[in-house]
Amino acid sequence: MPVIVADSIDTALAALAAHPGATVIAGGTDLMVEVNDGRRTLADVVAVGRVPELAGVRVDGDELVIGATATFAQLELPPTAALAPALAYAARTVGSPQIRNGATIGGNLATASPAGDSLPVLVALGARVALAGPDGQRSVPVSEFFTGPKRSALAAGELVVAVHVPIRRGPQDYLKVGVRNAMVIAVASLAIAVDLDARSIAVGLGSVGPTPLAAPDACAWLSARARWRDDGFDVTEDDVTGFGERVAAAARPIDDHRSTADYRRAAVQVIARRALQRCAR
Amino acid sequence: MSVDVDTRVAGGIGQRAIRPDGIAKVRGEFSFAGDLWADGMLWGQALRSPHPSARIRSIDIGPALAITGVHAVLTADDVPLNRYGLEHRDQPVLADDIVRYTGEPVAVVAAEHPDTARRACAAIVVDYEILDPVVDPERSVDAPLLHPEGNVFRDLVIRRGDPDTRGPVVVEGTYEIGMQDQAFMGPEAGLASPADDGGVDLVVSTQWLHNDRDQVAECLGMPPELVRLTLGGVGGAFGAREDVSLHIHACLLAVRTGRPVKIVYSRAESFLGHVHRHPARIWMRHSAQPDGEIVSFESRILLDGGAYRSSSYHVTANAACFAAGPYRVPNAYVHATAVRTNNPPCGAMRGFGVVQSCFAHEGQMDRLADACGIDPVELRLRNALAPGDELLTGQRIEGALPVAEVIRACAALPLPAPAPDDVLARPGGAGRTADVGDVRRGVGFAVGFKNLMYAEGYMDGSVARCRIDAGVVTISCAAAEVGQGFVTLVQQIARTVLGVEDVIVAPADTAIASAGSTSASRQTMMSGGAVEKACRAARAELEARARGGAGDDHLDVAALTADSPVDVTDEYHHRLTHPLDADGQGDAHVSFACAAHRAVVDVDPELGLVRVVHLATAQDVGRVLNPLQVTGQIEGGIAQGVGLAVMEELIVEDGRVRNASFTDYLIPTALDAPTVEATLIEEAEPGAPFGAKGVGEPPTISSTPAIVAAIRAASGAACTRVPVRPRDIVR
Amino acid sequence: MTEMYVLRVNGEEHAVADAWLGESLLFVLRERLGFAGAKSGCEQGECGSCSVLVDGTLVCACLVLSAAAVGTEITTVEGLQPKERGEVSDVQRAFVETGAVQCGFCTPGLIMAVHALLDREPAPDDLAVREAISGNLCRCTGYGRILEAVDVAASARRGAGA
Repeated sequence: MPVIVADSIDTALAALAAHPGATVIAGGTDLMVEVNDGRRTLADVVAVGRVPELAGVRVDGDELVIGATATFAQLELPPTAALAPALAYAARTVGSPQIRNGATIGGNLATASPAGDSLPVLVALGARVALAGPDGQRSVPVSEFFTGPKRSALAAGELVVAVHVPIRRGPQDYLKVGVRNAMVIAVASLAIAVDLDARSIAVGLGSVGPTPLAAPDACAWLSARARWRDDGFDVTEDDVTGFGERVAAAARPIDDHRSTADYRRAAVQVIARRALQRCAR
Repeated sequence: MSVDVDTRVAGGIGQRAIRPDGIAKVRGEFSFAGDLWADGMLWGQALRSPHPSARIRSIDIGPALAITGVHAVLTADDVPLNRYGLEHRDQPVLADDIVRYTGEPVAVVAAEHPDTARRACAAIVVDYEILDPVVDPERSVDAPLLHPEGNVFRDLVIRRGDPDTRGPVVVEGTYEIGMQDQAFMGPEAGLASPADDGGVDLVVSTQWLHNDRDQVAECLGMPPELVRLTLGGVGGAFGAREDVSLHIHACLLAVRTGRPVKIVYSRAESFLGHVHRHPARIWMRHSAQPDGEIVSFESRILLDGGAYRSSSYHVTANAACFAAGPYRVPNAYVHATAVRTNNPPCGAMRGFGVVQSCFAHEGQMDRLADACGIDPVELRLRNALAPGDELLTGQRIEGALPVAEVIRACAALPLPAPAPDDVLARPGGAGRTADVGDVRRGVGFAVGFKNLMYAEGYMDGSVARCRIDAGVVTISCAAAEVGQGFVTLVQQIARTVLGVEDVIVAPADTAIASAGSTSASRQTMMSGGAVEKACRAARAELEARARGGAGDDHLDVAALTADSPVDVTDEYHHRLTHPLDADGQGDAHVSFACAAHRAVVDVDPELGLVRVVHLATAQDVGRVLNPLQVTGQIEGGIAQGVGLAVMEELIVEDGRVRNASFTDYLIPTALDAPTVEATLIEEAEPGAPFGAKGVGEPPTISSTPAIVAAIRAASGAACTRVPVRPRDIVR
Repeated sequence: MTEMYVLRVNGEEHAVADAWLGESLLFVLRERLGFAGAKSGCEQGECGSCSVLVDGTLVCACLVLSAAAVGTEITTVEGLQPKERGEVSDVQRAFVETGAVQCGFCTPGLIMAVHALLDREPAPDDLAVREAISGNLCRCTGYGRILEAVDVAASARRGAGA
């Protein structure tokens, strides 16, 4: 069982091609939990944590280009904190300081859990996932990336290279409901992003469906009713209430050992209202 | 307390003495049982039942034996005497033909790598005939027998006065307590080595070396002298290590393979591999005069003991005897039952039955205060027990029990300031769910008390040895240090009695007689008492040797032991207690301790999220022997109370644990822990060594109900169940 | 699996031989290289008892694939503290003197986390400390004495003009 520590994207792809079925590891914060628990047996491993092209966060025109191996600790800081604040807020809620120092956004995407902390933000911001594989590079909108619980469009032999996050002018926020004040898996989460230029609002929902969800009807409804200014927007109390109801209607939560569907739906309604009110202030 | 001791010595009784193993622990050099290693060591692993109730048709160990690196695979037939148990031997070491809970050990393997051992377990083929589990404790009494010894561990009634007497104000309620886990940080671990004399040496993390030794010896068919236990470093206990876990498995494998065998549990296995706090369903009805004076008390208590008995018999007694709380109750009827089910076995956890009752009776006291229109603190003061009063069991309180004092002292502590404007300080924390306007603050108050030591006529004792050789003082005692700081106390007592600063605490093992269990808040009295007696006897001999005779405050210990050592072993016993009669009446308890808690919580009522901000407490401690360690016990116990109040529950569905991991069994982090302010009430306990009381349990007892009362105040939600979940608060 | 690789731990190179390549850094440190200071409490990155520094960053060793840590600088509690037996760092001394150590199982991981915090932020406020150690579970102390230990150590460093 070889462990190949790749030093470039090409090396990594070559290793994946040479060892079909190899497991890709960066921070290991999801993968090693399964390995230690005996739920996953490692055969061949391609470690990409030290590939320079996968690291770092940079601004490219109107996009924030976040390397797949950018850690959540890094995403708490500028430039992400300034240019995609909802992502920085979400990053702060991932696990613990130890986890944030190792866990990567590429891993969050590849694991594709409906409870992945950054994923609702990427949905709300309309991000694109850059992939590299044996057939070259491709880009998949986040809205098409998640195909089921822990299933994604990532094909065999492919790597997440980066996520391209549009830089939007306008308020953003992220709310994550959990029973404990640290190290908690979301029972329900919501990201909201306002685009003052396009005069639209978008949300992403976590832990209330088989994948991270959008709420397009709720957002279209609200975007049309909001009274837009150049530097902000106003909404009435009815707008806020209606938005909460419509966002909750977009959720498809289940009962599990962490919570109930009823609670999750009710919680989504509350955090949708609060998120909107904060953005309108 | 005697005056002929040197109180000028550094690190004596009452001082902030630092623990002797502190430096090793901070340097990572302290050896926990999981750190042990031996030449030629094999790794042991148990195969556990995936079903809560099943008959074993057959077990095929062939595929496991065929794996390279596997040295032994054992099943029930390989166990000379296949029955163990803490008080009563009702549990198989390895399941015979029936498994009664999910996680019950069925086979054990020894192999050269822990991963090989796990793979070997997975390769064993067990043919189960799955049976319908009994998982509802209410149905257990009428269900088919789950065990030859029946489905009821104990059925206890307490009758006092005339339970049909009623006062005009009546309040009743039904309360539920979920299954809490001790969740210590250091998973179960031990290393068993076969000895040349045909016996076995076991180094293990435990609470009670001798009780373990006896069970190992019985099950291996060996005389006790051939089984020698040494305490390995213990990573916390809180009751979960009072029962045997890996001990017999490791020893069986060591004897069979002729090699040392180490077993270390994973966290998931740890959750399955030890007993838990009894889930409980408690109904209570109080009646009172309009001024709040309690007239009568009735209660029905049902404890789910799970598949095997463990300490259910005594947990039931505690829940019943202390069911009404630290209040005068002239008329009472309490019916408490612990039943067997196919749920995970339950047993000792810090607070031992009283945690459950206290949540219920403090909810009742708040209902009563409301019904009478009286302040909740005032109501408790009006009914507070005091020395000279009688308990539900008719026992008169002879020692110290300053209930009114702890209530007043706790209530007098200042309230905390409003939360700073920082998202981390609000419910939801970095999850940013709440703004300042979404949060309501609530305050709640609760009081509790519990017995210290064992009860009902149990003849308890502890033994300690004091050896002084050329001035070097060594104290031996088998009391298990589990983190609470008993080893520090040993030094403090020896320093105070002997006037010598350097005191060596010998490793705890079965070479000396039993010190009893580290539980029931008993070691300070029992083993502290034994150490004191041994040291005083040693001192008496030193004084006899000294030419100046008795009366010298300062003894030249080195000179007096230069030619021959002083070597004294002594034992401590508490006064006699008595069993409870058919009406639950009797002088059954040795000593009591009480505490009051006041909780301040911030609640986000729309989402049901809670931040426990502040816990004020006053505790009856007899005498402070070490302020650092008392504070540590109080703050740590309160954190466990916070856990039970708002986040800790082992979720068992159809007999299966759904959250056997720290991912989903949540214990408080540093961001969840409240600020604690504690006042210590020192009323010396007559007859207790140094007048001190054990302090470990009271902090876990009334902290939970205080927090829940605060949540009720902040949200208006009824919250009759703990842990309180967000959906219980949202209306 | 007979594979060999080299890890750099506490400034020295250590060969890891005859190891299964899927072993975690925690397992290798403890069972193959003799660094027993990092503890195995959950193997899921939930308790922090296994905290070590990799390239100066605080991580859970149980989640690091050992063979992929080749080429990094690994620091354990053994490397953070004075070499002489019985000597302790200022943070370690503060823990001992404030009563922040009970069973001690969480302690080495906390020592790592607190050193990492104070090296980065010399004057953290109460919430910042709590957040920095929120990945280290302690079941014995309730964190009160631990928070005081951090305060004592941080104050002493500031007082010393550090």
